[in-house]
Formats: sequence, C-alpha cells, structure tokens
Amino acid sequence: MEMIVCIKPVPDPKQAGKMTIDRETGTMIRRDVPSVINPLDRHALEASVRIRERHGGRVTALSMAPDDVLPVLKESLARGADRLVLLSDRRFAGGDTLATACVIAAAVGHLGTFDLVMCGDETTDSGTAQVSAQIAEFLDVPNIMHVDDCGVSPDGDLRLHSRNEEGAFTAEGQTPMVVSVTADINEPRYVTLMDVLDSEGKEVLILSADDLPLEESWIGLEGSPTRVLELFEPERKSRAEMLSGTPAEQAAVLADRLRRLGFRNG
Amino acid sequence: MANRQPESRIWIFAEQRSGQPADVVFELLGKARLLAAAPGWKVGALLIGHNVSGTAALLENRGADEILVADNPGLEDYRGGNYLAVVDRAVRNYQPDVVLFGATAMGVDLASRLAARLRTGLSAHCIDLELNEKGELAAVIPWPGGDFLGRIVCPRHRPQMATVSPGIFDVPRSDFPEAEVLTIDGALNSDRGFYRILEKKPEERKPGDLENARVVVVGGYGIGARENWALVEELASVLGGVAGATRPPVDEGWVNADLMVGQSGRTVHPRLYIGVGVSGHLHHLVGVKGTELKVAVNQDTRAAIFDHCDLGLAGDYREIIPALIAALKEPRAGGDL
Ligand SMILES: Cc1cc2nc3c(=O)[nH]c(=O)nc-3n(C[C@H](O)[C@H](O)[C@H](O)COP(=O)(O)OP(=O)(O)OC[C@H]3O[C@@H](n4cnc5c(N)ncnc54)[C@H](O)[C@@H]3O)c2cc1C
Ligand SMILES: Nc1ncnc2c1ncn2[C@@H]1O[C@H](COP(=O)(O)O)[C@@H](O)[C@H]1O
Repeated sequence: MEMIVCIKPVPDPKQAGKMTIDRETGTMIRRDVPSVINPLDRHALEASVRIRERHGGRVTALSMAPDDVLPVLKESLARGADRLVLLSDRRFAGGDTLATACVIAAAVGHLGTFDLVMCGDETTDSGTAQVSAQIAEFLDVPNIMHVDDCGVSPDGDLRLHSRNEEGAFTAEGQTPMVVSVTADINEPRYVTLMDVLDSEGKEVLILSADDLPLEESWIGLEGSPTRVLELFEPERKSRAEMLSGTPAEQAAVLADRLRRLGFRNG
Repeated sequence: MANRQPESRIWIFAEQRSGQPADVVFELLGKARLLAAAPGWKVGALLIGHNVSGTAALLENRGADEILVADNPGLEDYRGGNYLAVVDRAVRNYQPDVVLFGATAMGVDLASRLAARLRTGLSAHCIDLELNEKGELAAVIPWPGGDFLGRIVCPRHRPQMATVSPGIFDVPRSDFPEAEVLTIDGALNSDRGFYRILEKKPEERKPGDLENARVVVVGGYGIGARENWALVEELASVLGGVAGATRPPVDEGWVNADLMVGQSGRTVHPRLYIGVGVSGHLHHLVGVKGTELKVAVNQDTRAAIFDHCDLGLAGDYREIIPALIAALKEPRAGGDL
C-alpha cells in the first residue's frame, strides 16, 4: 500500500487560551503558543503505519505549512512515517479549504501513484472538516469520512467502518481512496527516544509551488473563493448577576431559585 | 433549457434517509424563506433519493417555491459520488445563487466535494446567514480565538455555499403556500468512483437526548480530571437533565465526543443551562440556544462566560456543586409536596 497521511500543524489546543487574534487581519497571533500535529492527524498516521506493518508499503506524511514548523512535523517520522513531504511557499499563505485541498491534491499527484490518502476528520484550529473530501474531489477518487476502522481485504480492497450521527456502516471500495478518521480508530503509539533517534535519517522533502503543477490563480489568497469581510463582537447579555457569599451560600441561593422556577420538585 | 431565468435562487439540500427528511431541512427552508424576501427570489429544495415522492409531500408547504426531485434506485444510499453527480448537474442547469446544506455527515461531505468541483467557496458551520440587496451572502461563524464572530463572503464565485449545524435556525411555525414539484435528471452515468455499502446500522445511541433536554449541565476543562466528571452527571441527574461537555473534556478523553456542545458539536435548546468550569468561548456558546436561564460556575470572575449568562457563581466548583446537589436533594422547606 502506498499511503499518504495529511498532517497539519495547529496551535497546541491545550494552550489555546493563550492565543490572541489580530482583529484587523483576522489572523492568529501564535507567538506564545507552540504548534503540534493536529490530534486527529496522529490517529490517521497511526492507522496508516499499522496497515504498512501488516501489509507492507510506504507511509508518506504530507503537510502544507510554513517551514519553521518542520521540527514539529518531524514527529510523524518518529511515529512511523517513512518520509515527510513539506509543501512550503509564501504564495500558499492565506488559502481557504479549496486552495489548501488544491495544493495538497497537486502534491499527491506529483508524488506518484497512491492507494490511500488518510486525513483527520477535522482540525482543531479551523475545524471545517472540508479538506479531506475536497482533496478527494481534486484527485477524482471516492472518499469516506468518520472512519473508525480501516482494513485491507485479501483482494486488496479497503474495508472501512464509519460512524456518524445517523448510524454506522461498513463499506468496501477499491483503491485509490481518501479516508478521514475519528479518534475512535486507534490509540496512537507512545513515542520513545529510540523512535526519535531512529527516525533521524529518514527522507524529508520540501516542495514549493514551482515544483507542482499549479497555477497562481489556484493557490493562496488568490485561489480562495471565500473572504473574511470583517470580525465583530457578538451581542452580549448584560453582565450576569453575581451571587455573593461562601460557596455553600451561593449554592443555597441557586438551589432555591431553581426550585422556584420549577426545575426541581419536592 | 432552464438556463438564464430572471429569478434569483436559494437552494437548500433536502437531506433524507429512508424517506425521512432531516430536521435541519425544515430549519434551512425557514431561513431561506426569510433570506428570499426580496422580489425575484425563489427558494428551491433539492431532494435526492429513491421512492421519495412521499418525502416531497412532507416538504410541500414548508417554505419552498419549488422542490426539485431526482429519484432513482442508484440514489437509495448516499455514496458520495452518486449524489454529487446529480447535484452538480442540477446546479449547472439552474445556476442557483446560493446553496445551503445542513452541517451533517452527509451535508458536509457532499457540500465539500461540490464546492471543489465547482471551484467555489463554502463556509463551514455557520451560525447566521445574511443576504444583501446585491444577492451577496455573508456567513457568520465564530472566529478562531473564541471572542469574535467573522462575516465570510464569496465575492467572485457562484454559487455561494454554506453549511449550517442542525438546531441553529428555528423551524417556522406557520405553513407556506404549496411548492411546485419538478422532476430533475437523476441519471448516473457510471458506478465509477462509488464505494459499496455492505452493512448499515442505524444509530443505537438515541440522538436527540442532549438536543431535546430541558436542562443541560455542561462541564468544561475546569472540571480538571476524569474522576470529577461524576459531579457534572450527578447535578444533571438531580435536575432531571443531561450532561454535556466543551471540547477539552472530549480531547482529554474524560467523555465521549457525542457530548460536545458547540459549533463542532451539538446544538442544545434547554430551558436551563449550567456551565461548570467553562470559560465562555463563542465556539461553545453558539451551541446553546433559547435558554430561559443560563448559569455559570467559574472560579475566575473575569471569565467571558459571565458576560453571556444570567446568573454567575464565582468560586471553586468542587465546593459549589456538591453543596448545590445537597441543597437540591433536600426536601422542600414547608413540606408541601
Ligand atoms: C473551529 C473550532 C471549533 C470549535 N468547536 C467547539 C465546540 O463545538 N464546542 C466547544 O466546547 N468548543 C469548541 N471549540 C473550542 C473552543 O474555542 C474553546 O477552546 C473551548 O470551548 C474551551 O472549553 P472550556 O471553556 O471548557 O475550557 P477553558 O477555556 O480552558 O476554560 C476552563 C475554565 O474553567 C475555569 N476553572 C478552572 N478550574 C476551576 C474550578 N476548580 N472551579 C471553577 N472553575 C474552574 C477556568 O477559570 C476557565 O475559565 C472549537 C474551537 C475551534 C477553533
Ligand atoms: N495545511 C494542511 N496540510 C496537510 N493536511 C491538511 C492541511 N489542512 C487540512 N489538512 C487535512 O485535512 C483534515 C481536515 O482539515 P479541516 O478541513 O481543516 O478541518 C486534517 O485533519 C488534515 O488531515
């Protein structure tokens, strides 16, 4: 199996509280918040590496990101990817999901034939859950989202289990395919220092827009049909009425009010 | 040919499974009707499936001017490419200005692929939609960071597309004039690019528990540890309600992802909401609609949630919540049952 896993660096969700927004441009000021690999993308990596361990093949981690996050992305090699491909170019900046998927799909095509592209269902920073299906559309192959089990049948087809709010289904499809996964698919492995050291010699390839079959009008801000018109503050309720007193006193007042409003009988 | 009609069109994707329209379809129709108030605008519902004439009847007086129906055995199950082929063709023929989808599993998948195929813009998980006199759609979404909302537009590409989570818009109370039902081409030229469905199982967990709950108690990152989660559940149960969560407790693995309330999770409509250890990011709060009373318990008096609720309790939830549970369990003073 020739597999490509799409990984995106995102501000560490555990420290998201420290992130601030430049209200004029709408961009995140990431200064104090370190980047990590999007949590669901780690599950996608794990799933691909497990398929390789059983059925052979190769796992390529692929990311479109500024090159200063390369050290963060190298974690994918310690997690078992055979090589890392970074798509890095100033001209990619400001892309919406369409422009992002367009660049990633072009890179997948450029890297040769593939059987499976694996993504996370969604990222923690933009969270559109649109990119995986759009990559599939640009590659003109089927896709399935919300996958929580993925295997290969004896004849080489993909066997997938997907669960969404309506229910679950099992599907079978020929490669090539694009799949996006939920956290239920696996428990990503614990990375040891040995894994990190072992990964040091692995291949890292950095590609720019010039290396890919792309037109300027497809990428970055220019290639993004959506625009941020403005940011604004939401309507607020007026400040809450704050109860006073010790925790027990506040709790008693609240309990009494909830009773009077009929939220608790007896 | 249906090209070049003088009207402007807003379409909604009328998602159905086994003939049952998704709730979000009625919500989208209601909103589309409001957006299409200006003269010259028409609301269309795009209904795709097999044996869906009964479904069309259910949609007839719910706000659409026309229902466009593609009916074909190959459209029985959603398999990505099959629906995409039909929607793509319909959009090219009728050239709607706006196409809206529910932010459901099916809606997000279909809308994403369609936008890529048409090379147009798609705004994800909108919480409001506005249409100006030039027919330009602005989609409102919570902006990363959590303190601001953003207006997203799609100035140069058509159609303008957006997904909206179930429960964000209200279903209109009144009936509307009967829609015209039109048959559109549902042919699939090949099976290429579709996967096979081997087995289907409807959701065993009852969806809607959280959505329909009268009381929702949401635990946030401030709960601090999995073993403390029991307090959130106990409070919910004493109040006859359901426990929900913000995203960090899900990320931490304290609770199942089904409990998440907010932009990427569920939309709830409780009479009473209590947020415990929740800071008040808009990504979470947009999923809480129509409350009568919103209460927050947070040890930080500057937490944003106190600007978005009715009643605030400042302090450590580990002291407040057990006291609250105890007080609620006490028999009522005076003994009148
Ligand atoms: C695209 C996108 C989509 C998102 N979708 C969602 C979504 O659907 N739902 C969602 O919830 N989030 C979502 N988020 C994340 C969201 O922006 C916030 O990060 C999240 O809601 C914060 O959760 P929280 O308030 O529980 O945690 P925090 O912001 O960490 O707040 C914890 C609070 O607990 C308080 N606290 C700590 N200890 C105690 C104590 N002992 N007693 C009382 N109070 C205490 C603290 O003062 C703090 O205010 C999304 C983010 C993005 C970018
Ligand atoms: N810049 C990127 N580089 C690599 N993969 C990405 C990028 N953006 C999104 N993805 C992939 O697409 C998935 C869904 O992202 P999103 O649609 O942004 O929520 C992610 O989990 C990644 O697997």
